[in-house]
Amino acid sequence: MSEIEVAQISCGSEYTGIQGEIESAAERVGAKIIFPDIDLEEVESAEAKFGLKVTSPDLKLMLARAISVVEGHTTADAVFIGTCFRCAEGALVRNEIRRYIHEKSGLPVISYSYTERTTADTLLTRMEALTTIAKRRSLLARETQTGLTAGIDSGSTTTKAVVMENNRILGFGWVGSTDVLKSAEEAYSIALEESGVERDAVQALGVTGYGRFLLGKPFNADLVQEEITVNSKGAVYLADRQKGAATVIDIGGMDNKAISVHDGIPGIFTMGGICAGASGRFLEMTAKRLGVDITELGKLALAGDASNISMNSYCIVFGIQSLVNSLSKGARHEDVAAAACYSVAEQVFEQQLQEIEVREPVIMVGGTALIEGLPHAMHELLQAEVIVPPHAQLIGAVGSALLSSGFIEK
Amino acid sequence: MANIFIYPSNSLILYDLVERFGHKPLAVMQEIRKKVTTAGIDSPPLNITPEDPKIGLKYAAVEVPAGVRGRMSLLDPLLEGAEAAILVEDAPIGFGCMGCQRTSELVGFLIRAKQVPILELDYPTSDDAAKDFVYRISEFLKGLKGTEEAKNE
Repeated sequence: MSEIEVAQISCGSEYTGIQGEIESAAERVGAKIIFPDIDLEEVESAEAKFGLKVTSPDLKLMLARAISVVEGHTTADAVFIGTCFRCAEGALVRNEIRRYIHEKSGLPVISYSYTERTTADTLLTRMEALTTIAKRRSLLARETQTGLTAGIDSGSTTTKAVVMENNRILGFGWVGSTDVLKSAEEAYSIALEESGVERDAVQALGVTGYGRFLLGKPFNADLVQEEITVNSKGAVYLADRQKGAATVIDIGGMDNKAISVHDGIPGIFTMGGICAGASGRFLEMTAKRLGVDITELGKLALAGDASNISMNSYCIVFGIQSLVNSLSKGARHEDVAAAACYSVAEQVFEQQLQEIEVREPVIMVGGTALIEGLPHAMHELLQAEVIVPPHAQLIGAVGSALLSSGFIEK
Repeated sequence: MANIFIYPSNSLILYDLVERFGHKPLAVMQEIRKKVTTAGIDSPPLNITPEDPKIGLKYAAVEVPAGVRGRMSLLDPLLEGAEAAILVEDAPIGFGCMGCQRTSELVGFLIRAKQVPILELDYPTSDDAAKDFVYRISEFLKGLKGTEEAKNE
């Protein structure tokens, strides 16, 4: 298979000292970074052509390179857009270029804002998704699960496994993640037992999630795939929205994904993994403080009113402090639960959904989607149709089982 | 001979003019050359490593983008060594640029705050203005005392 060429359109990566990390991440997924070749005249005319005035010359260069990609002077399979974290002008240019390339070229595109601490590992999942979308469109076009297949999703908080046969879930396992291999084995064994299927009878197996690389060999996986493409497929499959536009939101234990999809294939996506206050962990801590099981938090939130609680911070520590202060003033538990859900939804809305095109329906997946207050808060914020598909927590495992059925027919 | 900081700091024209009048231009190319010829570091393309933006913390706090701080780490020896400066405003990209406007603003402030002799010029847009541009630079450079001369006084 020929190497995937990823056009890099960026400002500051060489001065930040992380250009090597970007190239290393690309190399690890069989891709090569290329830079659109531009002459000085094109840089000088880029602002007028693009319609955006900027002061930094490297941002003008970014505009010129974006135009080169869209006009076909540069041939690329995918595009990586990057600017420095905390650069306001860079963020504006990054967003507009991302939108421009997505709309005008249809190429898969990711954008990222880096610091000197950005590593190849941080970029790997994003780069893997980008190359998968570019080179494995036929695999991602699969809409039905055939044969007897299984999927394992090794997540940061929980590990999920599912066994499927001819478009039907036979059984699943869902356990807390401790040791990556042991947790996967446990979840898979439960899924097999519930399905009444012998391990040897499974025709193909796919693995995804953080632990995917570790699981690949011991489980003899046919598909080892990052969670952005897998979850997109799983989400539209379970929500029965395989055709047309949709937005997939997965609020996980360690990071969140927001993916704009078309016909089940990701177009633009973001992956946030910095702030715990916008993660499932914050809701777990809230449930603990309220003395309820996490499975009860959502219903409690639906009976509450978030506006009754003053939340001054998105930080997991200060956020919990705000909730505790409210409780000490006699706030209702229902209102506190609603405020926690609203806070998480609001952070995802403010920090991630601005980076993608939100198109209805919004499909919320992952274990947190089952906390009813969270999709409700997201609906309130977006004023859009929010779907929580059945088995929303199994999205990665189902996506893996669905995609791996493509390997049976080989 | 004096050490002359030039801005844009990669301007070949300014570099050449400073050299012609017997002074030492301080340009970013010299610092990049040191980086790329240092054995044992492999951080393409400029051999700036993630450690360099931390050196830039000398000039800008951590909330300033890493790309600005990385550039400042390159410019640090030039700012430190400057005994005079020639700054050209509104120059086209072909004349020279550091790529980042925020870095340009910070560098302009820092060199002015250093209170060394400074010649500030607008980029010329006509033949007459170009002649005047070169004339003013030559007069500025001729009037500067070198490090040794200043020491001997």
